[in-house]
Amino acid sequence: MAKPMDEYKWHELKVGCVIEEVGNAHEYKTGDWRSQKPVRDNSKCTRCALCWLFCPDSAVYEIQDEYFDTNLDYCKGCGICAKECKPGAITMVEEER
Amino acid sequence: MTKKAEGVPNPRSLRDGHYPEGDMRGIEVSIAVAEAAKLARVEVVSAYPITPQTHIVEHLSEIVAEEELEANYINVESEHSAMSACCGASATGARTFTSTSAQGLELMHEILFIASGMRLPIVMVTVNRALSAPLSIWGDHSDVMAARDSGWIMLFCENGQESVDTTIMAFKIAEDRRVLLPVMVNLDGFSLSHVIEPISLPRQEDVDDFLPPYNPLYTLHPDKPVTMGAYGMPELYTEAKFAQETAIRNSKTVVDEVLADFGKTFGRSYKAVETYNNDTSDFAFIALGSICENIKTSIDDMKSEGKEAGLVQLRLFRPFPEDDFIEAIKGKKRLAVIERAMPGGAAYGPLYNEIATLVHAHGLDIKTENYICGLGGRDVQPNEIRNMFVSPPKAKNMIVLGVRE
Repeated sequence: MAKPMDEYKWHELKVGCVIEEVGNAHEYKTGDWRSQKPVRDNSKCTRCALCWLFCPDSAVYEIQDEYFDTNLDYCKGCGICAKECKPGAITMVEEER
Repeated sequence: MTKKAEGVPNPRSLRDGHYPEGDMRGIEVSIAVAEAAKLARVEVVSAYPITPQTHIVEHLSEIVAEEELEANYINVESEHSAMSACCGASATGARTFTSTSAQGLELMHEILFIASGMRLPIVMVTVNRALSAPLSIWGDHSDVMAARDSGWIMLFCENGQESVDTTIMAFKIAEDRRVLLPVMVNLDGFSLSHVIEPISLPRQEDVDDFLPPYNPLYTLHPDKPVTMGAYGMPELYTEAKFAQETAIRNSKTVVDEVLADFGKTFGRSYKAVETYNNDTSDFAFIALGSICENIKTSIDDMKSEGKEAGLVQLRLFRPFPEDDFIEAIKGKKRLAVIERAMPGGAAYGPLYNEIATLVHAHGLDIKTENYICGLGGRDVQPNEIRNMFVSPPKAKNMIVLGVRE
């Protein structure tokens, strides 16, 4: 969006709230929905990429020639990555803010 | 209602010789409405049959199957799907039509708000029927009244000719760039839908001139992707609904323009608020739909005994034509609000609640009475309407007419 959501006046919205701009969903940080966050222990990680594959928000990314990490701007803390991680390298811990 | 149910064409339907000679024919109102949708060159029809709407969608289905109309007819498994398919079709930029009744309208209720919120100019003919239980296929307004605040523009028809004309006008109102809202055309089940009336169907070339092809503002198309129906966070929802509310309130101007334009093109003039014998009396009936013809008959009958009563008829119900209505009830001492729906525990009937609110808000000193009648297809006789005028209720001012006690 051209400006933050809470700055739009009613007459500045498109008819039917259509969004003409493509791909602006990335501007909406869903990470603050989270109550738990994934914490990784890379000593257990086999780099199987199941966490990357299963993340419903595509918030898991691969670090070049290394392990994986989670982009906490978009991770909603659903815990699917921890559930799918066979060697148990991911633990969900209480988010404290 | 009663006159037509006996198969006698009401001469008032002819609107005092407005019609050119020779192009009228006896035709069932439902069939004529389907023909009107054809004349409007609808591109997508998605509907599920339900009494008393059935003949409209059956006839349209035949028209499409016979290739008399280049349109997609989507058979669906429910009204929820019918309205959902209409939303999708309208979003692609197609001129979209559907029709339903009663339980069908209730089943699509959720999607009604999506159509209006997404500003999709779908036209739906609602053939008004009582809601179950007890099960009834007959006419009243309990279906539309349960959907009255869904953000649709709503028009009510008095007779068959109006049903045809309003269906055509509905597209022009809905698709206007200043409006872009769905429009519901209400006509009474059986007392209109299944009656054969003398009706003039406009010529195709005249309708084409009046109603150019739909030119959508946004379309779902891969060449120019847009997002429709996105999430509205608390920071935006109020602004989004305010924009929608402003659009429906401002649509009154366009409704007036289209009604006037139709009159110029086809010689039949309509107004958002219609009055009958209203200047001669400080009393007026307020009503919606086909019952207005009965009320006019009663008014004429009373005239012969020297009693003068007026009628204020709301052809446009949403947006509520507040200014026109207040103008029409100026100087009145008493109003009888006649409506075909039970309040369901509300203070009064839905129409009365709005009338009484307006009388109060405008600081008018008018006595208002609420008559609930014509439920589940029950006839309302002219003498019952007469009694509303000549013997006003003494204690309560909400009367359920003719209930056996």
